[in-house]
Amino acid sequence: MNISRSISRRMPKGRHVVIGIPFIWLFLFFLLPFIIVMKISFAEADVAIPPYTEIYTWAEGQLSIILNLGNYIFLTEDELYLAAYLGSLKMAFISTLICLLIGYPMAYAIARANKEMQTVYLLLVMMPTWTAILIRVYAWMGILSNNGILNGFLMSIGVISEPLQILNTNFAVYIGIVYSYLPFMILPLFANLVKHDHSLLEAASDLGSSTFNSFWKITVPLSKNGIIAGCMLVFIPAVGEFVIPELLGGPETLMIGKVLWQEFFNNRDWPVASALAVVMLALLIVPIILFNRNQAKEMEGRA
Amino acid sequence: MNKRFSFSNIMLWLGFLFIYLPMVILVIYSFNSSRLVTVWGGWSVKWYVGLLDNTQLINAVLRSLEIAFYTAISAVILGTMAAFVLTRVTRFKGRTMFGGLVTAPLVMPEVITGLSLLLLFVAMAQLLGWPSERGIATIWIAHTTFCTAYVAVVVSSRLRELDLSIEEAAMDLGARPLKVFCLITIPMIAPSLAAGAMMSFALSLDDLVLASFVSGPGSTTLPMEVFSAVRLGVKPEINAIASLILLSVSLVTFIAWALTRRAENARKKAIQQAVDEGAKATWQQAPSSAKS
Repeated sequence: MNISRSISRRMPKGRHVVIGIPFIWLFLFFLLPFIIVMKISFAEADVAIPPYTEIYTWAEGQLSIILNLGNYIFLTEDELYLAAYLGSLKMAFISTLICLLIGYPMAYAIARANKEMQTVYLLLVMMPTWTAILIRVYAWMGILSNNGILNGFLMSIGVISEPLQILNTNFAVYIGIVYSYLPFMILPLFANLVKHDHSLLEAASDLGSSTFNSFWKITVPLSKNGIIAGCMLVFIPAVGEFVIPELLGGPETLMIGKVLWQEFFNNRDWPVASALAVVMLALLIVPIILFNRNQAKEMEGRA
Repeated sequence: MNKRFSFSNIMLWLGFLFIYLPMVILVIYSFNSSRLVTVWGGWSVKWYVGLLDNTQLINAVLRSLEIAFYTAISAVILGTMAAFVLTRVTRFKGRTMFGGLVTAPLVMPEVITGLSLLLLFVAMAQLLGWPSERGIATIWIAHTTFCTAYVAVVVSSRLRELDLSIEEAAMDLGARPLKVFCLITIPMIAPSLAAGAMMSFALSLDDLVLASFVSGPGSTTLPMEVFSAVRLGVKPEINAIASLILLSVSLVTFIAWALTRRAENARKKAIQQAVDEGAKATWQQAPSSAKS
């Protein structure tokens, strides 16, 4: 009696601390920064430190806020930005599709393997996600370049007589994105597929359904949550990818992450870079919410 | 039908080949004595020896390791708290927002997070005077924020599997929540805490984009150093440093995996033993009711 009262008296206090600390951290360093990006996207570039103007001024006891839409208008006027957004969405979409086509059978095979092999396979999938993405992309530079290993090999067996230009093309960027993000597609798919009840497939086969038919009508619909999680884990970061188009892509590769980087680091135009980030976030907000909902279900064990 | 050679199994092995072949090639060519990338000039370790003279690179490695170490500790603490809230505290105001804040960093494009954090630090420096200089501290904050999300995912999946009745029993016997958490919950989720720490360490060591945005002059990390060299093309020195990073991370990952697996097997064995002994005791005490 006494004890339970003391628990209930202490509970709320501890609860507030446990909720409060991560909440305050994420609020300060994740949410608040977006509000500042939003603010600066309405400012004007200025030769100063920091290089932008303030959007509000105190004059005669009055606070006046000037929202300068110039940056957004600028984004619509220059075709480069539109092309970069569309290019990123297309790149990310096609790469996600390829990842799904390669990753699904892999996840399926792992889920069907025996327990002992499963842990080995999972390690093999996970290991690359922990090793530097920069280095894995760099490895492809050595393979794809004009005097690289792939061209050398193809020429030595006589398939081609002159080196193929693969590095610094969009094709190389596709390889890079699929290569880097494939594990992020496999892991959620596996987590979903491994939970499936095998007897459903047996029942279908007893009733005369072909293997492919039961796969398509039973396994695929049941793995919907895994497919959503995997696709979002690939698609959303791929849209804003910088390292891969920078190292493997060429002048024809227009991706928004690269453009934002150049605006920020080369042109030092912080307000335009902020406006680019705000528009990118607006494009991605629906997939992000979809992913968060899916993840929340997964985390609470409701899925 | 031969299950071994089914379509999905072939895809699995082709996929592994696709994932690992480029890395294997990279490591092999790091031992190439020729300066030309494609020409094989025999085995040599001279590029590795050359790395030792590069003090700039070694400083960057030490700086990256330091940041990764701090990040692993802070991300595990914050991530475990977040995971605990998401799995155990079912109802509170702003729960949906809390869940969103925890999982969104997983997918948020790095250029957006990097830019927004830098602008935050600049605004803070203007208002509060801190951080007056960007460097290790600001990179640590950036890394902790996104690693927390990864730790939360790993730990929450473990917390969900746990048998709540053990914690409830301790609570019924009068242990306070904090004590229950430290003495009962933490030991049970220790493997996932270790996995989360390892993951944060590796992710922090790996990050280029966030660090580029929030670092200041004189705080170049290893990925930044490698990136500026890589931009100029393939070089044998970079092959050597890249191979070293690949091998060390793979080794640490493998050790962590083996340790977790052993702990897991020991735990399962102990449970099985307890169940067997329990069953035996029941059977000996009441042979007639053993059927149930």
